[in-house]
Amino acid sequence: MGIFNYFRKEVPVKTASTARDRLQVIVAHERSQRRQPDYLPRMQQEILEVIKKYINIEQDQISVQVDDTDDCSVLELNITLPE
Amino acid sequence: MAKIIVVTSGKGGVGKTTSSAAIGTGLAQRGHKTIIIDFDVGLRNLDLIMGCERRVVYDFVNVLNGEASLTQAMIKDKRIDKLFVLPASQTRDKDALTQEGVQTVLNELKENFDFIICDSPAGIEKGAQMALYYADEAIVVTNPEVSSVRDSDRILGILQSKSLRAETGGEPVKEHLLLTRYNPVRVDAGEMLSVSDVEDILAIPLLGVIPESESVLKASNQGVPVILDEQALAGQAYNDAVERLLGNEVEYRFLEVEKKGFLKRLLGGK
Repeated sequence: MGIFNYFRKEVPVKTASTARDRLQVIVAHERSQRRQPDYLPRMQQEILEVIKKYINIEQDQISVQVDDTDDCSVLELNITLPE
Repeated sequence: MAKIIVVTSGKGGVGKTTSSAAIGTGLAQRGHKTIIIDFDVGLRNLDLIMGCERRVVYDFVNVLNGEASLTQAMIKDKRIDKLFVLPASQTRDKDALTQEGVQTVLNELKENFDFIICDSPAGIEKGAQMALYYADEAIVVTNPEVSSVRDSDRILGILQSKSLRAETGGEPVKEHLLLTRYNPVRVDAGEMLSVSDVEDILAIPLLGVIPESESVLKASNQGVPVILDEQALAGQAYNDAVERLLGNEVEYRFLEVEKKGFLKRLLGGK
């Protein structure tokens, strides 16, 4: 900073906090995916195809998840039906 | 019995080879017999950073194929006693590294060294997985930047699922975060992720913070590991990281903006 722009302070844009927030979301999402079995995306795709035969839904309206607890695994299927 | 440490990152260009060279050199300087192995088959570069590129005769793949012995392929550093480099080959054959072959070489090295540093290639493919498979500890090199942090998290996932220790249910690979190219001025201005931001997201213990420094390029131009440049902040920061790797507590430096005097600021001095 030289003498000429000493008094002309710019208002800094805090992009680092945006970066942090975006990373926290995506990393958490990817970690939860990591623990899922390999066949899950394919199974999700196939379930989607079947439902699509009857109801018009999009990829993001269906979510498949496996939750492991100590002695049992739960397959959770969530489908948002259109209005 | 040697400790095997992989230097990895997922993303390319974040400073894996620079860090491998610096940390390996730092360990040898402290009297630990150390070998740095270049796992980047096809894109060998550790030899250039270490300044021994003209002395490469045989390489890692020659050893795996039985075309040369380990002693023939290892290059002894001319500056530091107890420091050796095993260069990667320039072959384009991606399948040159086999798990059994790597294991044989590492087992042989384990008998004679204190530390084996594996300089991983970028990516999460076979080469990178091979470099980390037998690791006892992992140094995850990360830049304070979104894509690097995300890739580091992916490589942590691989360490936790696809390393030998993970597969055999042994003690998990000990993870260390090495934050490189850190610029406190930009962090202060809110333009760059801070140390604590990256620590929060990756949730692994911090080994060191290397400030962005012109000396890193100067050192690589000359083929001198930057840790040997005692004037350079980056060199000093690597020295601190080596101490921490050896279990010593060292206070963090270079995390704050250097205070400039009034006159310096007025004249726009750097």
